[in-house]
Amino acid sequence: MENSKQEQTLVRKFEKVNRILEKHSYNQSDLIGILQEIQEEYRYLPEEILTYVATALGVSPAYVYGVATFYAQFSLKPKGKRIIRVCDGTACHVRGSQTVLKAVREYLGLKPDEDTTPDLLFTVETVACIGACALAPAMMIDDQVFGQMDQEKVEQTLESIIQEEKGEEANVFSQ
Amino acid sequence: MFFPSKEELEKYIANLKQTVNSRKVLVCTGLGCLAKGADQVCQRFEELIAENGLKVELTRVTDDNPEVKKTGCMGWCEAGPLVQIEPEGILYLRVQPEDVAEIVERTLKNQEIVDRLTYQEKRGEEVQQWPLMKDVPFYRKQMKIVLRNCGLIDPEKLDDYLARDGYLALAKIVSQMTPDAVVREVTNSGLRGRGGGGFPTGRKWQFAQVVKADQKYLVCNGDEGDPGAFMDRSVMEGDPHSVIEGMAIAGYAIGASQGFIYVRAEYPLAVSRLNKALADAREAGLLGQNILGSDFSFDITIREGAGAFVCGEETALLASVEGKRGMPRPRPPYPAQSGLWGKPTVIDNVETLANIPAILLNGADWFRSFGTPTSPGTKTFALSGKIKNTGLAEVPMGITLRELIFDVAGGIQNDGQFKAVQIGGPSGGCLTEQHLDLSVDYDSLCSAGAIMGSGGLVVLDQDTCIVEVARFFMTFTQNESCGKCVPCREGTKHLLEILEKIVNGQAEQEDLDLLEEVARVVQDASLCGLGKTAPNPVLTTFRYFQDEYLDHVVNKVCPAQVCQSMKDYVIDPEKCRACAKCARVCPVQCISGRPRVPYVIDQSKCTKCGSCFEACPFDAIIVDWRRKENARKN
Repeated sequence: MENSKQEQTLVRKFEKVNRILEKHSYNQSDLIGILQEIQEEYRYLPEEILTYVATALGVSPAYVYGVATFYAQFSLKPKGKRIIRVCDGTACHVRGSQTVLKAVREYLGLKPDEDTTPDLLFTVETVACIGACALAPAMMIDDQVFGQMDQEKVEQTLESIIQEEKGEEANVFSQ
Repeated sequence: MFFPSKEELEKYIANLKQTVNSRKVLVCTGLGCLAKGADQVCQRFEELIAENGLKVELTRVTDDNPEVKKTGCMGWCEAGPLVQIEPEGILYLRVQPEDVAEIVERTLKNQEIVDRLTYQEKRGEEVQQWPLMKDVPFYRKQMKIVLRNCGLIDPEKLDDYLARDGYLALAKIVSQMTPDAVVREVTNSGLRGRGGGGFPTGRKWQFAQVVKADQKYLVCNGDEGDPGAFMDRSVMEGDPHSVIEGMAIAGYAIGASQGFIYVRAEYPLAVSRLNKALADAREAGLLGQNILGSDFSFDITIREGAGAFVCGEETALLASVEGKRGMPRPRPPYPAQSGLWGKPTVIDNVETLANIPAILLNGADWFRSFGTPTSPGTKTFALSGKIKNTGLAEVPMGITLRELIFDVAGGIQNDGQFKAVQIGGPSGGCLTEQHLDLSVDYDSLCSAGAIMGSGGLVVLDQDTCIVEVARFFMTFTQNESCGKCVPCREGTKHLLEILEKIVNGQAEQEDLDLLEEVARVVQDASLCGLGKTAPNPVLTTFRYFQDEYLDHVVNKVCPAQVCQSMKDYVIDPEKCRACAKCARVCPVQCISGRPRVPYVIDQSKCTKCGSCFEACPFDAIIVDWRRKENARKN
């Protein structure tokens, strides 16, 4: 019983991958795009899926693994639902991005070796530049940019997102 | 809308120009303004115009119903949200939703200027104001070719681009010019690649044009990875069609039928705007099979990068477009001979391509009338750092750094003192006060040890530690080194270690010699541009700020008071109540004392963690920045 359930989820897992592969016509040169879409789906690149993609595209798993580990965007570990990217580009750096990063990490209670909160809600990353230098120091939560951050604004922003997430959760339960 | 021929397009554009409404309200919705609430300002305008429109409709409908547009970036992000009123060209700064009613009431209805929202400057007692955009100091010295449409058109509307003579250059060349003639025109214009190196664009095209191949490719490099640079982003987001038209022209010139735009993953808005623009252009017959009835066919695919700085290097970028690890390879063969999948490929930067339609429409001589003889045209700069006006500016080549920093960028914020300007990102160099009168063009900057780079310009003031800046850039390049060649992989790591020793106050005099030596080796022996230019920040800062390096190494002093290791925590015996709180929190047990006697910090053991400073309830712990005069001899 337990086993067949697992199998079922596995099949469902690969179904999505198949759809993505199909969309890119199993084209080797689309590998980066394929991995991006997979990561969007699963929030990270599970190892068994990398092997599966390799077989489907007719390349070695090492090749796919090589690409997946080369680019900073890809993660082989599960990421949080919301991705916080603190910009540490030149302009942000000279205007105090380290304070912003510290404030974010402290607010989320992350340990020094952690980037993702245990509830898988947030992952914190630093990026070299998000091109919002005029708003330095800046950070991005998913696709939204927040500029001219300081400790207080970090706390307000994160608090409102946590509230938003709680609201969503409540909705799910009430349905 | 579909244009089967050049004539149809011209007719449509002529019609479009007649129907254009002269009364316009332009609200900047670039990233900068958006974050400051431009969306709400837009909404408020929409509401109020609709509301008021009813009342005044009888009199002058067109003038009282200005179209509210979502424009790209106007460049002056610091003063956002920006609102521009046409046809007068009035510019309002820092507009909030609650200001909109006043603008509608006074400016749109009564042609009055709302003084408090215009740009003002205090000159002694007198307050001077410049209500018109063209007079404001930030814009006065600018010259817009690349950003000609940014801030004036809705980037999601093809009509807006067409009304500004969009796609006419493409129509002209496919119907009247041979590919040879196009390459000649671009060569004559003297346009140089805006991605950093400054290689003549016409020559690059010619190399690819003469090669015979069944398939050629054109790649637009939108992998703007330099921290502190956002010019290409603004063009892709604010005027995507100009890039697409430039690509189609380049494709025609070299004989390519397929183009790729490589955009960084960090720019989702650019990707969505480009996608929209591509779809619109295809539908209108401006991309795809037999463009405008000619026998030229060309289409473009977007490739999203996945976060690797080295992919800005052309051979690495090609590997990434092919879906591989983005690692560079030795040249020759150059991509113009053997690029994507072994086919001749031309790679041009976004800004370069955005120049192309203007050059072909107005001619090479027109383009040469701007800038300097060896660097014609303009350059966009992303101004950031410790300046008053951060944002995007396009200036003619040959402008001095002084004009750029003090006139356009408004000088140093908070009346600080100019210390250095970092130009060209992690591949560029730091220039100082003595270079302020240097002309900004490829050759002058190169002679001073910096590079034009893609156009990031970060201004540093007296509170910035120059060694820390060098360390920051080295952290970046070390992190982004792809690891293929030894000089870059090992060299950048070694350079970073030495710089860390310096900022941590553990370096000796010999380390400085080693720093320079390793930097030279990395510069000479690395495979690609990333490694070859990575030591530039170190070498230029070391050359122009040797004293500051020596302060860190010999005196263990950080004059800018930035490097944490160069400060001491001391206990003020007058204020200390010997409560022992500090001794309890000290992680290295370097604070000692007895009851009723002031405590003492053992400086030789202190790690400068600051725990005691935060714990002391009596503010008895003072941060003492070491000064050069009383530096400890060791």
